[in-house]
Amino acid sequence: MRRSMLFIPGNTPNLLMNADVLGADSIILDLEDAVSPAEKDSARVLVRNALKSLQYKGCEVIIRINPVETEYWTKDLDEIIPLKPNMIMPPKVNGAQDVKTVSEYIGKLEEKCGFPKNTVKLIPLLETTLGIENAFQIAGADERVAAIFLGGEDLTADLRCKRTKEGNEIFYARSRMVCAARACGIDVYDTPFTDVDDIEGLYEDARFAKSLGFSGKASISPRHVEGINEVFSPTQAEIDYAHEVMETIRIAKEQGKGVVSLRGKMIDAPIVERARQVIEMEKAMFGGLEDNE
Amino acid sequence: MSKLVASIQEAIKQCGLQDGMTISFHHHMRNGDYVLNMVMEVIAQMGYKNLTVNASSVFDVHEPLIGHIKNGVVTNLECNYMGGKVGKAISQGLMENPVIFRSHGGRASDMEKGTSVIDIAFIAAPTADDMGNCTGKYGPSACGSIGYAFADAMNAKKVVVITDNLVAYPLVDFSIPEVYVDCVVAVEQIGNPAGIVSGTTKITRDPVGLKMADYAAKVIEASGLLKDGFSFQTGAGGATLAAAKYIKEMMVAKGIQGSFGMGGITAYMVDMLESGCFKALLDVQCFDLDAVKSIRSNPKHMEVSATQYAGVSGKSAGVDSLDVVLLGATQVDLDFNVNVHTDSNGYIMGGSGGHCDTAAGSKLAIIIAPLTRARLPLVVEHCLCVSTPGKTVDVVVTQRGIAVNTAGGKNVELKQKLKEAKLPVVEISELKKMAEEIAGVPKPVKMGEKVVAKVLYRDGTLLDTIYSVK
Repeated sequence: MRRSMLFIPGNTPNLLMNADVLGADSIILDLEDAVSPAEKDSARVLVRNALKSLQYKGCEVIIRINPVETEYWTKDLDEIIPLKPNMIMPPKVNGAQDVKTVSEYIGKLEEKCGFPKNTVKLIPLLETTLGIENAFQIAGADERVAAIFLGGEDLTADLRCKRTKEGNEIFYARSRMVCAARACGIDVYDTPFTDVDDIEGLYEDARFAKSLGFSGKASISPRHVEGINEVFSPTQAEIDYAHEVMETIRIAKEQGKGVVSLRGKMIDAPIVERARQVIEMEKAMFGGLEDNE
Repeated sequence: MSKLVASIQEAIKQCGLQDGMTISFHHHMRNGDYVLNMVMEVIAQMGYKNLTVNASSVFDVHEPLIGHIKNGVVTNLECNYMGGKVGKAISQGLMENPVIFRSHGGRASDMEKGTSVIDIAFIAAPTADDMGNCTGKYGPSACGSIGYAFADAMNAKKVVVITDNLVAYPLVDFSIPEVYVDCVVAVEQIGNPAGIVSGTTKITRDPVGLKMADYAAKVIEASGLLKDGFSFQTGAGGATLAAAKYIKEMMVAKGIQGSFGMGGITAYMVDMLESGCFKALLDVQCFDLDAVKSIRSNPKHMEVSATQYAGVSGKSAGVDSLDVVLLGATQVDLDFNVNVHTDSNGYIMGGSGGHCDTAAGSKLAIIIAPLTRARLPLVVEHCLCVSTPGKTVDVVVTQRGIAVNTAGGKNVELKQKLKEAKLPVVEISELKKMAEEIAGVPKPVKMGEKVVAKVLYRDGTLLDTIYSVK
């Protein structure tokens, strides 16, 4: 369960060493835009070694590889897949075929490593106009696809408009992506808010994304993680209600009752599913600390 | 009558300097100080030998001391802090006799108790009159508080005030009164105020530093000490300053009216005073020019002597009323002993300053440091040098976990409170293990045979010995 995804440049040893303490539910170790062509090899080795020797406790690991039209992406996967990251983020995904290409290559590597099929999930990054128009096909392209993620910066360049704090220019893309993801039953993540110092603006942007239906939001700054987590966390009332729902279900099962209601409202499958998600979120909120004790 | 003499040379003659004597300096001009070098230059030219220099701190700007040591002008060195340049030379065995390290409180108290005798104190004074009334608050080289110089002025056999801003008698708002002063010298410039600002007086932007700061602030909140009457001291490190900012936000949000902030004062402490977080600041030295401006204009921002700040010779000191202090460390060991004197290779690069004084006096002494630096773990089996005894340290905060010192049955309740606040409380041995998992187990550092420094505790007893680097 992730609310926040924090980008960590693949060429910064000190940040790689500490990526899991910065409060993000997921970390995205970046081999793409944060790394210049001259540093691709060294960053790949650095990230590989980080995955090998660091445990990244209580934190999901996503690797952003290079786009399929470059010479780097297969090398990236060759080095990274054997270390079993949770997810791979292919960038600049334009359509279902891009996803299939990456997924097939991962499949071969998984087989070679003796991993069960579909061990490593995909979170395609949609940041072109073509990608946005194909959002539904991308979201449903492969079993590996567990979520999709919007990249606002590249998209506005492709749209030939200015990226603004208000974000009117990406409103369509946001809505389209949420709709596509939900239609395929997967998660959907919002583009980072890029003004590192504007914490108030971050909150506003995150609240708006949540209101559209996003599951969470990415960040390029550790300073934004807390705000994103707060906005995408369930409220105490929601948590309490979720526990009440689960308790009611448990008692009903014990008593052999089929249909149950809580506060006069019937508890159906979607309510139970929502309650389960909320409780999962609650656990993730303190870095899974309760589970350790 | 006037105590004004024509030159430093004249003052030295008049005070009767002889070979083998002890002279002292304060470090309020920090890395911008010209006076120590200026006086030592004259002394060397006059042909004196075998002197003991007792400087409250030695900074990199004082590198010429190395030459005076080599030439036999200086044969003993005493200080509370030593920067890396002179420190490295000392660690390599530059001096015959070991350096004596004290704490800020210990230095002043040893002078007052008579165990540290100063023959002539040279006091850099940003403003003085011709009878020796002087202050750091005014003048082109203003450094704010001159708290460390009080003990020198009051206890040295002879006192020379050196100023670059001579004003007509009487100086209004003096800090050190004329009664202690033998002569006054006017020079062109006593220092560069830009050098007062140390490199570490800005809030860190490093996310790991901010994480530690966040934890430290939450430890303080969970401790129950953050309530009306709260008193607080922090150093000038980037992460501790960030913690101060978080604490300020909590105090403002909850409307907490603290009692005092203390120590080396930065713009952030001034901001806390002005925001109503504290009733007063007790300032022994200013770490930046905002603090200098504040001590000059705000009566609630008060100058205190080193004895009042942290000494053991008075009937009480500010540290005895201190709730919380945030401190740094180069190493912490499994008994919570802290090293701030040497780096991981054993080279001298610091000193206690007020570290052990505040740890001993405060209710809650928190060490804040990253779990690893480059490839070296913070937590080790035994520190290369014990600067502050573990029994005075309560909590170690790193980005990966928080260890509480419960030796002797103390802090048990605190540990429980931190757990209840969902902070990542671990044992100190666990921190060591985590650090070694990341950085590996470092090879033991083999030190040389020669004793290059002795570390005295605030009460004057020997705390540890520093050996040469091989």
